[in-house]
Amino acid sequence: MDAILTLIAPFFRDLYETTGINFNVFYDPYQFKRFLIGAENSILLILAAILLSVIVGVAGAAIQQSRSTWLRWLVGGYIQLFRNTPPMVQLLFFYFGLGAYAPQVDMGGYYQPMVSAFGWAVIALGIFGGAFNVEIFRSGIEAVPKATLEAAESLGFKPWQTFVYFTLPLAFRICLPALTTNLVSLAKTTSLAYVISVPEMANMLNQVWSSTFNIPEMMAVLFCFYVGVVWLLAAFLHWLERRLRLRGYSK
Amino acid sequence: MQSIPDNSAVSLAASPSMVTVSIRDLHLSYGKLEVIKGVSLDIRRGEVVCIIGPSGSGKSTLIRCINGLTPFQSGSITVGDQQVGDAKLDKIRLRRKVGIVFQQYNLFPHKTALQNVMMAPLKVLKEPRAEVERRARELLAKVRLAGKEDSFPGELSGGQQQRVAIARSLAMRPEIMLFDEVTAALDPETVQEVLLTIRELAEDGMTCVLVTHEMAFAREVADHVYFTDGGKIVEHGPPEEIFGSPQDERTQRFLSRLL
Ligand SMILES: Nc1ncnc2c1ncn2[C@@H]1O[C@H](COP(=O)(O)OP(=O)(O)O)[C@@H](O)[C@H]1O
Ligand SMILES: [Mg+2]
Repeated sequence: MDAILTLIAPFFRDLYETTGINFNVFYDPYQFKRFLIGAENSILLILAAILLSVIVGVAGAAIQQSRSTWLRWLVGGYIQLFRNTPPMVQLLFFYFGLGAYAPQVDMGGYYQPMVSAFGWAVIALGIFGGAFNVEIFRSGIEAVPKATLEAAESLGFKPWQTFVYFTLPLAFRICLPALTTNLVSLAKTTSLAYVISVPEMANMLNQVWSSTFNIPEMMAVLFCFYVGVVWLLAAFLHWLERRLRLRGYSK
Repeated sequence: MQSIPDNSAVSLAASPSMVTVSIRDLHLSYGKLEVIKGVSLDIRRGEVVCIIGPSGSGKSTLIRCINGLTPFQSGSITVGDQQVGDAKLDKIRLRRKVGIVFQQYNLFPHKTALQNVMMAPLKVLKEPRAEVERRARELLAKVRLAGKEDSFPGELSGGQQQRVAIARSLAMRPEIMLFDEVTAALDPETVQEVLLTIRELAEDGMTCVLVTHEMAFAREVADHVYFTDGGKIVEHGPPEEIFGSPQDERTQRFLSRLL
């Protein structure tokens, strides 16, 4: 990372000195550090929230296939609740509402909450994105041909094996386009973690512009950062779609 | 080294008429719709049994009952030493013994032909991979699909897919194979290649139950033919009798419509 800074610093310092356009995060080592912390946290937050939301989605969809009425009812209630409330309210609810009751751990003299703001952001956003994923996976599961699953059954596969080896892989392929849309949307929503002071990109750049007053430049950095990250994510998911496309069933 | 006698071949020769599937007074309804109304039949080891009859007469339902895919209300089905209606039935052991091939092939579209054949022995029987793969390649060669191991179902013709489905069932080393109108969805040209595969299986001594509309084929390979109509067995006997001189008026009408 230091090597990168050494490489780009002369250009941005020169830019500042000649034009007054101040991208100090790209030449000042101290501000560059802030940029890196912001980038790392934002990217980790996106990846962790996506991972959790997919796990929640698969688990929820699996539960919805179960025979237990009250379990299905529970998942249905969860979906309604989290799809129909603003994600920012959910973040605040988790961090300030539940966070107040979370256990504190003794750090040798002072106490720290067991779940950090970052942790709460992952939980809240994962559960928010998961509510949509449950519906997406459920529609995928329902579109898997029953005859294919019956063939598996006739070969002696147990119900859980059929689910893991056939239902899930086929459902995943069917719902991947819808999943891509939701995950890209979730990635953008993670920037809301700003409101619970997670040191993500917007927060770190806020610290930068508060001290050096280069607000427009930092806004441009923030904007471009998300353009790049979201583009990468979408490109990866589209690559996955092509990779997993069932061969011989071209549209 | 001591040579081990092939027990299955010995017992097969010793008791050629051994009953392996026995159905007694089977009744089945879907809700109010009575689909099977008291069917009894025996299938002996090594025998080829054909079930013919108009569509909707319960042929598919009947053979699906044999490997426990469709539950029935009363009567009994015995496969070897297992009672299919038993609440504590070991379905995996039953399905090892009884393979079924469907009209629409129902291959796993995300797996290659070879993987389709290997999946069940690997995951259900938990057999060693090298051995499973060797046998899967042999089976694909046997159904004349050597060279297609790495093709996906979507890249194969209907007849080729159906032969992969047959190999997939055979990979479990079943004692009985059920075929439910396996050529009904195929182009006329590819029907023959699938029938050839089935004929070879029958010649190898596999117990086969065939639901089919290929009357010439049934007449040629069957040891015993059952004619079903309205959920009942109307008439049964050796193919010469059923096709040559059908006794029941419904059989006569059905056969004359096909000729
Ligand atoms: N899963 C099912 N639910 C309700 N009715 C069914 C079902 N499967 C088959 N049937 C009905 O049972 C009857 C027999 O069907 P089937 O066994 O498929 O006959 P065949 O194979 O001789 O054409 C038909 O009237 C069919 O509509
Ligand atoms: Mg049928």
